[in-house]
Amino acid sequence: MAYPASYRYTREHEWIKVEGDQGTVGITDYAQNSLGDIVFVDAPKVGATVEAGKVFGSVESVKAVSDLYSPVSGTVTAVNEELNAAPEKINSAAHDSWIIKVKLSKPAEVDALLNAADYEKFTSEETGH
Amino acid sequence: MATDTLNPAGVTSTETNTTPFVGERRKVASHINQNEGLIFEKSSPGKKAYRLSPLDVPAVDAKALLGDLAREDVGMLPEVSEIEIIRHFTRLSTWNYAIDLGMYPLGSCTMKYNPRVNELVARLPGIAEAHPYQPESLSQGAMRVMWLLQNCLKEITGMDAITLQPAAGAHGEFTGILLVRAYHESKGNPRKKILIPDSAHGTNPATAAICGYQVQNLKSNSEGMVDLAELEKLVDEETAALMLTNPSTIGVFESEIHKIADVLHAKGALLYMDGANMNALVGKTRPGDFGVDVMHLNLHKTFSTPHGGGGPGSGPVSCKKILEPFLPTPVIVEKADGTLTFNYDRPQSVGRVRMFYGNYGMFVRALAYILANGPDGLRQTTEDAVLNANYIRKNLEDLYELPYKTATLHEVVFSDRRQARNGVKTGDIAKRLIDYGFHPYTVSFPMIVPGALMIEPTESESKEELDLFIDAMRQIAREADENPAIILSAPNATRVSRMDEVGAARKPVLRWKPDAAVAPASTENSALEPATAAKEY
Repeated sequence: MAYPASYRYTREHEWIKVEGDQGTVGITDYAQNSLGDIVFVDAPKVGATVEAGKVFGSVESVKAVSDLYSPVSGTVTAVNEELNAAPEKINSAAHDSWIIKVKLSKPAEVDALLNAADYEKFTSEETGH
Repeated sequence: MATDTLNPAGVTSTETNTTPFVGERRKVASHINQNEGLIFEKSSPGKKAYRLSPLDVPAVDAKALLGDLAREDVGMLPEVSEIEIIRHFTRLSTWNYAIDLGMYPLGSCTMKYNPRVNELVARLPGIAEAHPYQPESLSQGAMRVMWLLQNCLKEITGMDAITLQPAAGAHGEFTGILLVRAYHESKGNPRKKILIPDSAHGTNPATAAICGYQVQNLKSNSEGMVDLAELEKLVDEETAALMLTNPSTIGVFESEIHKIADVLHAKGALLYMDGANMNALVGKTRPGDFGVDVMHLNLHKTFSTPHGGGGPGSGPVSCKKILEPFLPTPVIVEKADGTLTFNYDRPQSVGRVRMFYGNYGMFVRALAYILANGPDGLRQTTEDAVLNANYIRKNLEDLYELPYKTATLHEVVFSDRRQARNGVKTGDIAKRLIDYGFHPYTVSFPMIVPGALMIEPTESESKEELDLFIDAMRQIAREADENPAIILSAPNATRVSRMDEVGAARKPVLRWKPDAAVAPASTENSALEPATAAKEY
């Protein structure tokens, strides 16, 4: 699976697409693959504040519940309601299935995130065990 | 060849014409296994399993006595005869798998044999019929059992004080962290965070959160142990404690545990030990001697009391002197005349965590186990548990990937990395193991091993049973190479084949409703119709 070069990534396996001061956040294909079939996405409400590196929600798969870590700080401007009824969309197209949109309060935080090549290298090291 | 119950679909490889490998089941064969519906579906109005004697006292009008509070109907209770009840539950019991039927290698769960001597002692009338409301003067024997058990557990863990109240492991964790909190509060600051390694049981972070602490994740090093340098960076004056499982969930002993304790103590933080894996240490080393301040034990793991549905559990918490004032109330004390009494006058106590004094029946069984084995016997069980796990490790490590090569104690964790190349994952191998007559091992835990197979045989298993297990695992590894399809459809030899776990999670059906076609015909007493009953439920 190719990781879109226009996205940035966290070591906790979230992606973010930044356009101006708007960030769109989801989880990576690597994350959905290791989680297995996703059955529920617990996202914050519109207007909630998120903080870079802090938990903003969780995804539940048949195997486990895993925390979602925000790549950036800001305010939630939209939540992907579609995932309520069809969480499996993340399994079929992780990089097109966004979870929240965030208005960035500290756009400089994005620079600290991994680019696609570094993220791919990171995941290959993580499976290296 | 006739239809093989292991391969009912006749799965064959499409690439070659030779019959793909299908393992030979050496432990189990198919046998008659009767179908059984729900007991509600057997209900038929008016059927009874008992007959009451004629009323020989004046009848009471419940309505007059209770008004609207009197219930009109009793809801749906199945109406069946005695033999139907007996057959229903006996048939269901034959679908079950239990330690009394075979090896139960669930890693981390320590599904060891529950010795019959425990049951014998627990059924002695003086013990079985004791009541917690008996006066202390008539309960001295029952209290002596608890006192003796406390002393044994303090000796085994190297601790100064103990409570037997917590009802299971997670409850013990909760109690232990309440003690930690009360201790820090008594010093003026409850502190903010608890450190938890990424290999921990999920109950550890849950416990910390319930007790009002932030959880800080501590990464393991390449040997699967606590990274001491990382720990030193994270511990500060707001750290209440580290919750550590030793040996860890990959069965590795934290060889620097005393240094870990020193790092914590230097900042005033405490070391909590999750005693889930204490069965690897009993008689060999004592947590109290390597710096642990507070820990819980699982009597239903380490001390052979029943586990799972057969419980209840019991999770005593032992601690150092500094935490003793905060122990749940009451505590047992010995008076000058040698009699025992419950002391409720404990102003600094965190309060009661369980009604009465905990799950007393488990104390009796655990004490029976400890006394029947004696110190040398307990040491021997520890050695045998470690030997059995390493025997499995040695006999499977050429076929299954061993992510951590560190010496392991009572359990061994493989990964499915090699089998996953053929699409066979840990959950699939576990389901195939059922076909071979074994309970699955623990899947996908600990989280630090992707695709984990966590195997814990305990000391209960003979070499013969271990060899059967190893044989099954080796045949499954070959199937994964040569015939993955048969694993992916497993279990095939069970009365119910693979469940739709995803469907059950995404579209759960939480309420039983009678099938209209088979529902009994309506009767005068509508309250007893299954349809009404389903609503009641």
